[in-house]
Amino acid sequence: MATKILTEHINVPGIETFDVYRKQGGYTAVEKALKTMTPEAIVEEVKKAGVRGRGGAGFPMGMKWSFLAKPEGVPRYLVCNADESEPGTFKDHYLMKHIPHLLIEGMIVSSFALGANKSFIYVRGELMYVIRILEKAIAEAKAKGFLGKNILGTGYDLELVVQPGGGAYICGEETALLESLEGKRGNPRNKPPFPAVKGLYQCPTVVNNVESIATAAWIVNNGGDAYAAIGIGRSTGTKLISASGHINKPGVYEIELGVPVEDFIYADEWCGGIRPGHKFKALVAGGSSVPILPANLALTLANGDKRLMTYESLSDGGFATGTMLGSGGFIVFDETSCIVRNTWNFSRFYHHESCGQCSPCREGTGWMEKVLHRIEYGHGHQQDIDLLVDVAKKIEGNTICPLGDAAAWPVASAIRHFRDEFQWHIDNPSEATQPGAVYRGDMALV
Amino acid sequence: MSTTVENKPVVFTPERLTKAQEIIANYPEGRQKSALLPLLHLLQEQEGWTSPEGMDYVARLLGIQPIEVYEVATFYTMYHIDPVGKHVIEYCRTGPCCLMGGEEVYAHLKQRLGIDTGQTTVDGQFTLKEVECLAACGMGPVFQIREKYYMNLTNERVDEIIDELSK
Repeated sequence: MATKILTEHINVPGIETFDVYRKQGGYTAVEKALKTMTPEAIVEEVKKAGVRGRGGAGFPMGMKWSFLAKPEGVPRYLVCNADESEPGTFKDHYLMKHIPHLLIEGMIVSSFALGANKSFIYVRGELMYVIRILEKAIAEAKAKGFLGKNILGTGYDLELVVQPGGGAYICGEETALLESLEGKRGNPRNKPPFPAVKGLYQCPTVVNNVESIATAAWIVNNGGDAYAAIGIGRSTGTKLISASGHINKPGVYEIELGVPVEDFIYADEWCGGIRPGHKFKALVAGGSSVPILPANLALTLANGDKRLMTYESLSDGGFATGTMLGSGGFIVFDETSCIVRNTWNFSRFYHHESCGQCSPCREGTGWMEKVLHRIEYGHGHQQDIDLLVDVAKKIEGNTICPLGDAAAWPVASAIRHFRDEFQWHIDNPSEATQPGAVYRGDMALV
Repeated sequence: MSTTVENKPVVFTPERLTKAQEIIANYPEGRQKSALLPLLHLLQEQEGWTSPEGMDYVARLLGIQPIEVYEVATFYTMYHIDPVGKHVIEYCRTGPCCLMGGEEVYAHLKQRLGIDTGQTTVDGQFTLKEVECLAACGMGPVFQIREKYYMNLTNERVDEIIDELSK
């Protein structure tokens, strides 16, 4: 039986209530941390665990914590990034909705470790019903003495505030999130200074994803070494994967990092295979921003070994033959999927969500969407494919925040691996614009 | 920010004013502007949309300039800065939902309501909006009405929901 760190109790009836969560061993990490550990010791355990940021960037959480500046007389903040908006990603939604106390327990332990007395959970505004669930759970925890003044008589105070967003993907970027939390437009800030030095209200701040923070309770209870023993190499622990697209069993799955991609797609325990009568064509492994891979490259590395669900294996070969684990938004495409149409769809998303602050992103995402639209609708020019590659290259790396890269990578990778589909659209406009038309040339299906 | 409805002053109901004050108290002294997004949600919940008069009222509550409210309300997609119908359907148009037939179901929904994206039915019952990813990709196609998610949509399911809400 695979280890479940986050979802072990998720199906227990009533787990969203304090009492049931407590009966399942909940809040023991708060007792242990506040009564028997120092903040430094907790940071040390998180470092040992090697848990990497689960929002997509994959930066080691313990290292991020250790960068936090600690000037005298200045408050510090912990902000939970629950602005999950990347197409294909819905794991934080699932976790907060079903087991809100797990996040709250993680927030208490993490806030104590960082010396924060006021912490925020910034939830995308669309999830207002989840916000109500979290607020109810916070009120319960407060009534039981696990939040508020002098928690469990230890002298530690913590207020937890849930903040709704207003509907903007860019607010998942940590500095845009802080701007939004300060009541402004979500325009990302220039870095440095990093939030660890000047974050919320210009005070030292740590911003972590929901899933990352939710692991903190388990790490406190079991130790960093026990966490690091799960997984493979630098991909330690478990990861929530949100699986969608043409599979038999879409949903959220907690896996130990290191499972072969092939097993994850075909085993009954997880996605249960491609939907009946169809074949596997392509994969987006970590949310819409990561490079798309054709089926054969998704399953195997260039040397023929099986590709694994780890940060390293998924990125093996760089962008030429690899992709990224990202946020774990796993989108599977069968042979009925038109890569051109999907790329245009993703491009429209990034154009819509660009904050407009940097010209390469503001203008470039619009260009890409327009060019992809004309190719998809049978008005493509011969030079359009190279134009797209050129625009993508000019956005990548030239913006304040990574939204520019996130917009460029799906386009560049789709052309890298499926160039013949784009060419087919340009060469055969009348055929390509038929309803449901998909290029079925020499694509490698599995 | 033009409006076709009669401009009238907006104030929160006593319950919402209490709630607004609780929200404002969540933030450190001098940082009350942080309450802006939650207060705009509260305004929209009461008025049905984010009216200019409502935004001016929120600005007064927070002691900030009205322009600071307008620039925020127009940046985020959830605030309706034009009047809307009784039920606002926010339909996900993004990749994973489309893979599961989202575009076909959306065409049916538009036909059923007799309106296009951004429009309101003549009886003022439904406004149709397209939104980007609602974080329910495994259960697509999906749309949201107020705080409720409707998932795994089919043409038949859409008809049932519209029938139910039309009663």
